[in-house]
Amino acid sequence: MFKLKKQFLAGPYIVWIIGFILLPIVLILFYGLSDYHGNFTFDNLLSIFDPIHMKSLLFSLRLALICTVICLILAYPLAMILNSMHLKHQSFVVFVFVLPMWMNFMLRILAWKLLLSNNGVINNILASLGLPAIQLLNTPSAVVFGMVYDYLPFMILPIYNAMSRIGHDIIDAARDLGANQVQVFFKITMPLTISGVLSGIIMVFVPALTSFVISNLLGGGKVLLIGNVIEQEFMQTMDWNLGSGLSIVLMIFVIASMAFMNTHNKDGEGTAVW
Amino acid sequence: MGKDFIHLSNISKSFDGQMILDELDLKIKENEFMTLLGPSGCGKTTTLRLLGGFETPDEGKIFFDGKDITHLPPNERKLNTVFQKYALFTHMSIAENIAFGLKISKKSKAYIDDKIKYALKLVNLDGYENRSVDSLSGGQQQRIAIARAIVNEPKVLLLDEPLGALDLKLRQDMQYELIRLKEELGITFVYVTHDQEEALTMSDKIVVMNQGYIQQIGSPEDIYNEPINAFVADFIGESNIIDGVMIEDKLVEILGTKIPCVDIGFDKNQPVDVVIRPEDVKLVDPSAGFMEGDVVSIIFKGVHYEIEVHANGYDWLVHTTKMHPVGSHVGINVTPFNIQIMNKPESSDEKAVELDV
Repeated sequence: MFKLKKQFLAGPYIVWIIGFILLPIVLILFYGLSDYHGNFTFDNLLSIFDPIHMKSLLFSLRLALICTVICLILAYPLAMILNSMHLKHQSFVVFVFVLPMWMNFMLRILAWKLLLSNNGVINNILASLGLPAIQLLNTPSAVVFGMVYDYLPFMILPIYNAMSRIGHDIIDAARDLGANQVQVFFKITMPLTISGVLSGIIMVFVPALTSFVISNLLGGGKVLLIGNVIEQEFMQTMDWNLGSGLSIVLMIFVIASMAFMNTHNKDGEGTAVW
Repeated sequence: MGKDFIHLSNISKSFDGQMILDELDLKIKENEFMTLLGPSGCGKTTTLRLLGGFETPDEGKIFFDGKDITHLPPNERKLNTVFQKYALFTHMSIAENIAFGLKISKKSKAYIDDKIKYALKLVNLDGYENRSVDSLSGGQQQRIAIARAIVNEPKVLLLDEPLGALDLKLRQDMQYELIRLKEELGITFVYVTHDQEEALTMSDKIVVMNQGYIQQIGSPEDIYNEPINAFVADFIGESNIIDGVMIEDKLVEILGTKIPCVDIGFDKNQPVDVVIRPEDVKLVDPSAGFMEGDVVSIIFKGVHYEIEVHANGYDWLVHTTKMHPVGSHVGINVTPFNIQIMNKPESSDEKAVELDV
């Protein structure tokens, strides 16, 4: 009787999972694997080999990769600096990094659109210094910049988290056993933070790969990512079958990249995503 | 014992404006088991960290085998530390943990393998090479930490409350093991603890510290039997510490009663602390003691009874194997030899007494 009651409590979650997770996936699979008349087909999936689709998929992978690498290069030293700070200051700096995430995502990107535009703040400053204006907005660089800006905290936090879990006495012990600071970094700090790095990579790479809002706003329609192609199929061409087919392909890429990361993360610490 | 091997010379150290060590001067001999003993915050761990190279003194110098190592980083010091919380590398196997220092100093693979075997045997954990750190109990982890330190053949092993996290039985076993290790290795141990029993059991020499000052240095017997001031007497075991006045040589007045003692050299009518160990108090017939009192409480402790006797306004702590029921009227007597007379501390800080080590 008591057991039944407890199961009943899970009801809302089951409804949620079925209604908002399973059903949409089933629908995507259904649309993706059928043509306009509802007949089973692989055409939608195979259309990824269409040169335009392939080009935007490879371009998306490239930008996501660049974004992830930049985030990693920025985040790792930052996490190290953060970790070496006095505990009081640490929480404040973490707060500063997380603060932009409290603002609406669209607002942040729109703000950057204003800053980067041809008549925007940055070009105005350049003009006042007598320098020529530069095309910032509507370039792949602007898209990567927007992604890095948005996703950097997701790289910093897991790395910082892994780093702060390394006790000071672990570092002291390594020093005591004869390791200099470089050796401590490569033999202790790096191996012990690799799980944080891996989950950071997933948390940045996956949204960067699937993003379409950033490229819409900062790319001005000129930067066509796979996310934009899918969006267009759904919203403009109204070809739900093709859109779903491409979504499935993208999902396969996401799942593959996460599985790849997971096999390289033996202790499984810090992988909140998987 | 050998020559002076380590010399901490007039070391001062403060953190955030708070003085932790004040002109500490300490010499450690070769092949000695020396224990720094004191309550938390007395500066014992700071002293050890200064030796290990994890802290730099504000003033003073540290000499190691005649060389000034004050500013040498920890990786260049010929001593190794066993940390309180083991500090094992969880991403490595047991063998890799032990091999860490040897790999850094680029020893051959055969040498390293030999050393791992030897060290594991020494700490009674043969065959644990490929186990993971997490699969070991606290006591086993601590032994691996010791093994990891000693394979580097340090001249000095520093131990920072290494048994603090273990339960009582295991702690006692490890005490014997540490004594055995020290004898087998023939190196200097510098051991930090707040546990007076641990210090008495293992040490050749004990340094009692309080508030950044050395209170007393001596063998366990000296420290226990001849505490130099009330702090040491109180910290090492239980004591009756009573305000007294020195009437003349070999006569002291406590609680309104004059009693004979063996101490000489104090000024007449000088206020002193009188320390009497509870096991030295004898309960006799009321007429046979120098003071009469009533038993207030009695607790059976196994080896002895712990009895509280109220006499002349003071509650005496007495350890005796004879049973005295609550309410019984008894006399108190102490052999003059067992009465310790001490100078009162000049200030609440209890300045360290000048000592020749």
